[in-house]
Amino acid sequence: METALIIKLVLILVIFGITMFIALYSTFAERIIAAYFQDRVGPNRAGPLGLLQPLADGVKMFTKEDFIPNTPNKWLFIVGPGIAMSTALMTSAVIPWGKSLDLFGLHIDLQVADVNIAMLYVFGVVSIGVYGIMIGGWASNNKYSLLGAVRASSQMISYEVAMGLSIIAVLMLVGSLSLRDIAEKQSNFIDWTGKFPYFSWIVFKQPLAFLVFLICSFAETNRTPFDLPECEAELIGGYHTEYSSMKLGFFLFAEYVNMFISSTIIATLFFGGYNYPFYDTVATAAGLNAAAILGVVVLFAKIFFFIFFFMWVRWTLPRFRYDQLMNLGWKILIPLSILNIIITGVVILLTN
Amino acid sequence: MQETPINYLPILIQCVFAAAFVALMLFLSAIVGPKRHSGIKDANFECGIQSYGNARIPFSVKYFIVAILFVLFDVEVIFLYPWAVNFRELGFIGLWKMLLFMGTLLIGFFYIIKKKALDWE
Repeated sequence: METALIIKLVLILVIFGITMFIALYSTFAERIIAAYFQDRVGPNRAGPLGLLQPLADGVKMFTKEDFIPNTPNKWLFIVGPGIAMSTALMTSAVIPWGKSLDLFGLHIDLQVADVNIAMLYVFGVVSIGVYGIMIGGWASNNKYSLLGAVRASSQMISYEVAMGLSIIAVLMLVGSLSLRDIAEKQSNFIDWTGKFPYFSWIVFKQPLAFLVFLICSFAETNRTPFDLPECEAELIGGYHTEYSSMKLGFFLFAEYVNMFISSTIIATLFFGGYNYPFYDTVATAAGLNAAAILGVVVLFAKIFFFIFFFMWVRWTLPRFRYDQLMNLGWKILIPLSILNIIITGVVILLTN
Repeated sequence: MQETPINYLPILIQCVFAAAFVALMLFLSAIVGPKRHSGIKDANFECGIQSYGNARIPFSVKYFIVAILFVLFDVEVIFLYPWAVNFRELGFIGLWKMLLFMGTLLIGFFYIIKKKALDWE
């Protein structure tokens, strides 16, 4: 019992470290990728190839003046970014990072908690994230912050409905809310067990759900083309206009952590998670541990691709207008997901 | 997969850990940074123009309508989750029942659109 708990604690710390590291270097990657898209060089002064740039940014932000403006809600002003950051860090608890390892006589599940309500937990934590932005923007006592916060929360809750509906088709297919079960259902690449072989990754069975989920995750993380809450041209900085120092840092950093978590969930739900083609061949040739570690590497490769995709879209699509955003969310994505649920239901029952 | 409260303990640990980390960082950065206050500096930044009144202003009622609709629709979504997990056992009967439910929902949805509750022009 104690060893199991210690393993979990170590795993939590490792995942924390990896999340922080990836979020930190996502900021660097964002700037380098933006530079390449715009035919510039990008940050290259701090350390070799500019690799120490995120650390320099972090230290700079950390030592800036922690400024609290003239607001009647000083406590809420501090709580806002705290909620945004801590909810971003909580979601990784239910994600399966790989199959289990057997090292030194210990059995290590590469997942902090394998609970059968994993997807509900993810949605619950994501909805709490809205509070961080709303409280922060409202407590700033600034009209622009208020507008930014109201826009952000109304956008995030609108897309949460479509996101929740798009997942239902996947749940019908798998019959479980556990992310581990969903990942296991997509083992290998081609499923030979059915009447005729077909791809086992859910993206090949639910392309529409994947599309809706992808669009919604852009809206949930407030990334371009859905970054209306912070559009500089009309709202200064949106909900974080009044923030400085680490509180601003948490708002910005939470966006990158959320991007990482969204990429992980997209990879796990639709692209097989830690599964890869010819798993059985690798497992017999190199042993189960090596195959599991390769699975973790494959999962991270998928995650990095999606993080890159987030950045790629940022420099490809212009920002939506607010009515276009709401029309897309309510009048296109929600009916599309409902249609997808009905089609999926009929097809599953007819092929059973 | 055995489901006992002990399975949820790591999640609790991670939540506490995340909150503690955030609190510590906020506390440290509040200590480290310099502190200089003045009346003009503490005022809100609204494009450099002197701001009038405070930010507790009325804003568009559309946002409230979206919030109310979100509550309605999100509850429907949560109703669908247990159905989706048990979908194969429920079979065609379950699908018909859910179509009935979804049809009622869609009538309401159609009404909302016809009432222009979601138009932002």
